[in-house]
Amino acid sequence: MTALLMRDLALAIRAGGGFGLGLAFFLIVTVLVPFGVGPDPALLSRIAPGILWVGALLACLLSLDRLLALDWEDGSLDLLATAPLPLEGMLSVKALSHWIVTGLPLVLAAPVLGVLLNLPGPGYLWLTVSLALGTPALSVIGTFGAALTVGLKRGGLLLSLLVLPLYVPTLIFGAEVARRGAEGLDVATPLLMLAGISAGVIALLPFASAAVLRVNLR
Amino acid sequence: MMPDLGKYAETVLSAYAASIVLLVAIVVLTLLRGRRVRAEMERIEEKAGRDG
Amino acid sequence: MSLWEYANPKKFLATSERVLPFFWVSAGLCLVVGLVWGFFFTPDDFRQGSTVKIIYLHVPSAMMAINAWVMMLLASLIWLIRRHHVSALAARAAAPVGVVMTLIALVTGAIWGQPMWGTWWAWDPRLTSFLILFLFYLGYVALWEAIENPDTAADLTSVLCLVGSVFAVLSRYAVNFWNQGLHQGATLSLDKEENISDVFYFPLLVCIAGFVLLFIALVLYRTGTEIRARRIKALRLRERAAA
Repeated sequence: MTALLMRDLALAIRAGGGFGLGLAFFLIVTVLVPFGVGPDPALLSRIAPGILWVGALLACLLSLDRLLALDWEDGSLDLLATAPLPLEGMLSVKALSHWIVTGLPLVLAAPVLGVLLNLPGPGYLWLTVSLALGTPALSVIGTFGAALTVGLKRGGLLLSLLVLPLYVPTLIFGAEVARRGAEGLDVATPLLMLAGISAGVIALLPFASAAVLRVNLR
Repeated sequence: MMPDLGKYAETVLSAYAASIVLLVAIVVLTLLRGRRVRAEMERIEEKAGRDG
Repeated sequence: MSLWEYANPKKFLATSERVLPFFWVSAGLCLVVGLVWGFFFTPDDFRQGSTVKIIYLHVPSAMMAINAWVMMLLASLIWLIRRHHVSALAARAAAPVGVVMTLIALVTGAIWGQPMWGTWWAWDPRLTSFLILFLFYLGYVALWEAIENPDTAADLTSVLCLVGSVFAVLSRYAVNFWNQGLHQGATLSLDKEENISDVFYFPLLVCIAGFVLLFIALVLYRTGTEIRARRIKALRLRERAAA
């Protein structure tokens, strides 16, 4: 498992796209929003938590179609499937490496981008915490979507259509934590719900992803 | 005949019109496709029966 | 004689052929009676005026939108566990009907909301969950269309339906938490004192029966179509293999 993780990370770093692209996309979305809604600081600080969450979610989505597609094309997915490692474990590792490559940089970059959007003071901590808790769920759900569409020629758009509705609960609770944190309200309830969704998704969804991938590899 | 719908006449009528259009659309599409597929199957089955 | 005999496509086709006329006729009858009764012969509500007549479309279609998904969920489970092709095809056949039902519920809701709440759309929990349900339907239909191999498509869409159901329920609660609503609570329930009054209630029941029967008729017919389409595909393949 560690070997697989190292391999995926090495590939992502060498290919260059991984760390950079998602982050650059996130930056551009954040920069575009003030152009769209106007530079009013009060308005920006009100919508900042939501915008940062949606931006992070879209950045996550962007890299999903490469999650399994590359391994599918060169046939290493078949090798991995016949390896002694159970498919569920393999997919969890895949999700983890996707999170390290895209999710983690987003979490770290979000506070910096928060400055651009005039995020209120207490918001920084809760934005980071909510993203740190929520993005793993996004990666795992995305892995399920990638496993569903792996064999398809033009899976990218379909992947978004399938995955976005599944992102709704995570987004709602995550953005709610960030919003309440920014306004200095109590964050306990949405935080617990967000953590619960992440934990449940990480524990259960790999089984569904593996079942789906088995069908696709048949 | 027509009931007095008061000031909401447009609202009620457009809701009924939209729903009925949608319902008729799904029924018609279903029947059309069903008919086409059935004809196609009969054609192919006949051919298969003749050949084999 | 067990229920599973209908899993045989031939048997299913023969039986559905026999019962379909009954469903078409009774669905049409119920819809016409219920809607005419509701539209022409019920009084206006003292607060909502004549817009209350929209209820005869809005409530049944909303119910069927959810019921259609539940039916797809059951059919998917049956396919995954017992691998009856008819079951998978029935789920496929039901999805577009569910899309239309969701659309009717959303459209009539928007038209109704305009005079009552002063807005076409509000990010109210019920409205929002229906929009999300609509997205789930779209994804499900799109996945069916995208996959060539029918068995693979049936497997993948079934799993998507299961996972989607869990997330749809999650979204429902998340959305509830996220925003307080304009929409009233349940219109019909068995355990509550304050239901809508009988004048509206009976035509509504007839309309609901009509929608249910129409749904059954549509799904039976469309499942038959899917079975034939599958057979065409198989025959074509055999032809090509023989040639």
